[in-house]
Amino acid sequence: MISQIFILSSKGDHLIYKDFRGEAGKDAVTAFYEKVTALTGDQPPVVMSHKELHFVHIRQGGLYWVVTTTADSSPFTLVEFLNRLTTLIKDYCGSLSEKSVRMNFALIYELLDEVVDNGYIQTTSTDILKNFIQTEAVTSKPFSLFDLSNVGLFGAETQQSKVAPSAAATRPIMSSRGDQGGKSEIFVDVVERMSVVIGSNGVLMKVDVEGEIRVKCYMPSCLEMRIGLNEEFSIGKSQLRGYGAAVRVDECSFHQAVKLDEFDQHRILKVCPSQGEHVVMQYLLSDELPSAPPFRLFPTIERDNGGRLLMYLKLRCDLPPKSSAINVSVTVPVPKGSLSLSQELSSPDQKAELRPETRAVHWDIPRFPGGAQLSALFKLEVPGLSSASMMEVGPVGLSFELPKYTCTGLQIRFLRLTPVQPGSSQRWVRYVTHSDSYTIRI
Amino acid sequence: MPYLGGEETVKELRRALSNPHVQGDPLRHRSTVLRVIRVMSQGVDVAGLFSEMVKACATTDVVQKKLVYVFLCSYASLNPELSLLVINTLRKDCQDPNPMVRSLALRNMTNLRLPSLVEYVQQPLTAGLRDRAACVRRVAVLGWAKLHSLQPHADIDAAVVNELYSMLRDNDPVVMVNCLRALEEILKEEGGVAVNKAIAHHLLNRLKECDVWGQCEVLGVLQRYRPHSEEELFDILSLLDPCLLSPSVPVMAATLGLFLSLCCRGLPAVSLAALRRAQGPLLAACGSASPEMKFTALCHVQLLLRSLPGLMGEHYKRFFCGYAEPAYIKQRKMQVLVELVNDDNVGFVLDELKGYCTDVSPDTAQAAISAIGRIGRSYSDQCLEILTGLLGLKQEHITSVVVQTMRDLVWVCPQCSESVCEALEGCEDTLQDSQGRQALLWLLGVHGDRVSSAPYVLEAFVEQVRSEMAAGVKTELLTATMRVFLCRPAETQDTLGRLLHYCIEEEADMNVRDQALLYYRLLHCGIEETRSVLQGRRSDPSLGVLIGRPAEPVSQWARSFNTLEPLRQCNAGAESAPQAAPYHLALDPEPSLDLSDPLNPSQDRQETGEMAALHRGVAWDQHRAHEHQDGPAADVPGPSRPVKVDHLLVPVADQ
Repeated sequence: MISQIFILSSKGDHLIYKDFRGEAGKDAVTAFYEKVTALTGDQPPVVMSHKELHFVHIRQGGLYWVVTTTADSSPFTLVEFLNRLTTLIKDYCGSLSEKSVRMNFALIYELLDEVVDNGYIQTTSTDILKNFIQTEAVTSKPFSLFDLSNVGLFGAETQQSKVAPSAAATRPIMSSRGDQGGKSEIFVDVVERMSVVIGSNGVLMKVDVEGEIRVKCYMPSCLEMRIGLNEEFSIGKSQLRGYGAAVRVDECSFHQAVKLDEFDQHRILKVCPSQGEHVVMQYLLSDELPSAPPFRLFPTIERDNGGRLLMYLKLRCDLPPKSSAINVSVTVPVPKGSLSLSQELSSPDQKAELRPETRAVHWDIPRFPGGAQLSALFKLEVPGLSSASMMEVGPVGLSFELPKYTCTGLQIRFLRLTPVQPGSSQRWVRYVTHSDSYTIRI
Repeated sequence: MPYLGGEETVKELRRALSNPHVQGDPLRHRSTVLRVIRVMSQGVDVAGLFSEMVKACATTDVVQKKLVYVFLCSYASLNPELSLLVINTLRKDCQDPNPMVRSLALRNMTNLRLPSLVEYVQQPLTAGLRDRAACVRRVAVLGWAKLHSLQPHADIDAAVVNELYSMLRDNDPVVMVNCLRALEEILKEEGGVAVNKAIAHHLLNRLKECDVWGQCEVLGVLQRYRPHSEEELFDILSLLDPCLLSPSVPVMAATLGLFLSLCCRGLPAVSLAALRRAQGPLLAACGSASPEMKFTALCHVQLLLRSLPGLMGEHYKRFFCGYAEPAYIKQRKMQVLVELVNDDNVGFVLDELKGYCTDVSPDTAQAAISAIGRIGRSYSDQCLEILTGLLGLKQEHITSVVVQTMRDLVWVCPQCSESVCEALEGCEDTLQDSQGRQALLWLLGVHGDRVSSAPYVLEAFVEQVRSEMAAGVKTELLTATMRVFLCRPAETQDTLGRLLHYCIEEEADMNVRDQALLYYRLLHCGIEETRSVLQGRRSDPSLGVLIGRPAEPVSQWARSFNTLEPLRQCNAGAESAPQAAPYHLALDPEPSLDLSDPLNPSQDRQETGEMAALHRGVAWDQHRAHEHQDGPAADVPGPSRPVKVDHLLVPVADQ
């Protein structure tokens, strides 16, 4: 049971406040903000209580999403509901930020009114909600050169028109402006998050890949969509693997609405997508990867005669040559009290700096093609460097994004809509792998 | 939030709202209303616009209507009389051919929360229950619950209750679930909906039609149902079995909760099997992308482990921390890791934990070191090696936590004391904070015979006692010096004399002074007497190892499963930890162990885990409070000593 819902900005401004049961006053908002800002780093913030009130909150898009409730409510339900609410608002407003919430407050009040009544969750399905929601979303489109790049020069069809602009999937699902906003498009994203630990000897200690297939649908009416996965897709450890392009995952679960009658034979998922974003399938692969892990590090760390710390890092990207990693950021923890950093990097677009607040050297590489090898030499001035301080160097953390690449090798063979949509419908498939946590021990 | 120029804005909005040109133009009218709501959610008091907004309600524009209702529901309680004017519009809307308008009117009529309007609302609500459109029925059903909460003592019509019961058979699943919710509220005093066999089976059959939220609600209500025979029970369980593996975490949790409530008393084996079955989805939730969901799942994994220790032993790698995870998740994961340690994985787990010890966040580093200490209770050699290695880093916060961890470890595992004593050499220079120094002093005092440099370390401490701020460190120093004096009198006598002199003559803190006086008088009574008081037990192995702990029965915690409790308990522990720090600072818990141990050895030794240290601090504090009531002379904690103290007082009073 939900007593109130409110959304606060990170500075504590009230953006949205709705009271469903009249049990608690508006001062709960202030009480919540005081509590949440008084927490120290190690205290778990998710559930807090103030007198009789219990707050459950999540943070998304830099905002606090809070419900007040009674002690016997299910935390799983409330957290899941808040997460769902954020996706819903993202679907309707286009994006999730303080600005978009401020601009669309009328729409959000309307949504909340339909989603929750008397503190009970009524529905969160866009199919039902679209009959009730009348307010139109307000979006702000900043002028961007990237958008222009997609316009064919003097009307010429360029290569680029085969690629959807990255902002294409961040618009509201409902729009009455027929030609421009109401394009009937469908986006299917395969998103994988990998968490990896590589030992100091280069052995893979732990690897987990959590993946999901997300469908974001802008089509007002779509009867059925068939998503074809790799034919050699197998689930579970026991099955024998053939040669070549077999794709294996350990566990796999599907959205309620997915029909699986053709899955066993042909690896086809059948869905009737409703408007908005939905996770159609989730899967997990643990303890092994079909290919080499994307990055290997060869570090050499020593003290020189002047008491300086020398770190020579060689980083190799083991992706296939056609793929590349972007926004690679390498974090190397260094001994406490490190004063200054001198660096030798192999190209000018890379950057490295010593950040005392995180006690680490951050090395940023905007683009890292597969098969390449980069190296960097860091010299650190550390007063009182002892041999024991070397223990403080490492483990190295990497964060990166691998566009157009999936670690499991999962691919979408085809995407068919029935009945066949009139010409204007567009289907997009995107693949991306994120590093959830990629740790290399030294 | 103060909003400057609020009054001006309100005036201007009023002018706009009453402007006939604005009222005539739907778009302008709507945008003016929109501005009112925007100003309202910024925190400006716009109650003065109530009558204008009531007028704006009479419109055909649904968007504007909705906006006005948001306003009216916030301010109706301030203007009960004016709200009567709205009722007419609302009642008219209830007749509208558009079901959306009908449901909207009905919902807001009940949301005004005005007892004076109840008589006008009942008729449309009754009609709403029989409306053709499901969305109106959904609203009407909950409307009765709202009416009931407005007038909790008024009897609700039995006919309505009957109607609600019969509407459990409504075609629309949301109406059905809403009926359950409304009945639960209306019949709260009678214990909620009467779940008989017919209702229970009806609900179970229709479970599939409901969405995720409805399923959770139904499963929650079913917890009250008691099947009549074992056969029926197993039918229900096998029907619900697929839900245990549901991809939706809330449904899985609600199902597991139902399983536990149905069979935790009669059939413990079945509930354990259900837990084992649900571990897969729960593990998946632990890897969810949302940190809040991760945390919720981790707290529930800890609950499960109470009854099935070592359940997820082979999945320990799933609990390794990601380097960008928030600190509270990391700490929770480490707590789980400690529980999962077994002979096969201990090496890997320790390797991983070792990596966290140098984390940039001191909280995380501290949690990792204490986790290693906890594992050390079962695998002391490997853990001590790591802890000793960490001392080599010579970092204040790490050394402090390591020494504290070693102190706790030695108390439980006496076999470690040898290597701990070796490791202690030389770490006194790095320790800065009072807790770490107290731990070191305790170790020196208790194992002074084995640490060769103990008297000299103590001497250095005594030399700086004048600049020492923390009273806890001084009391600990007194006790430690006394103990070392008992085993190595020749080396310590001079130091002890100087310390006692300083504490009795110059010390300003009463507690320290009293304790010094007590020791002084104790020495007067003879060395054997002193020994019997000061040399208590050095360890308590009965606190036990981690592995092989008996499993708790599921019924111990089944009630708190899937409530906020497991998440809050952790919260309470973490919240009181910083508060407990001043106790440690002001009064060290350790002397209480040794002074009170021979007297009442089983006092608070029963607690295990990290909380024990905390409790020790609190218990000691209570003793202190007690003493202050008794008068400042009673130095020994615990009520069983006053006679002896009085006896001791005599010779000193003469001096």
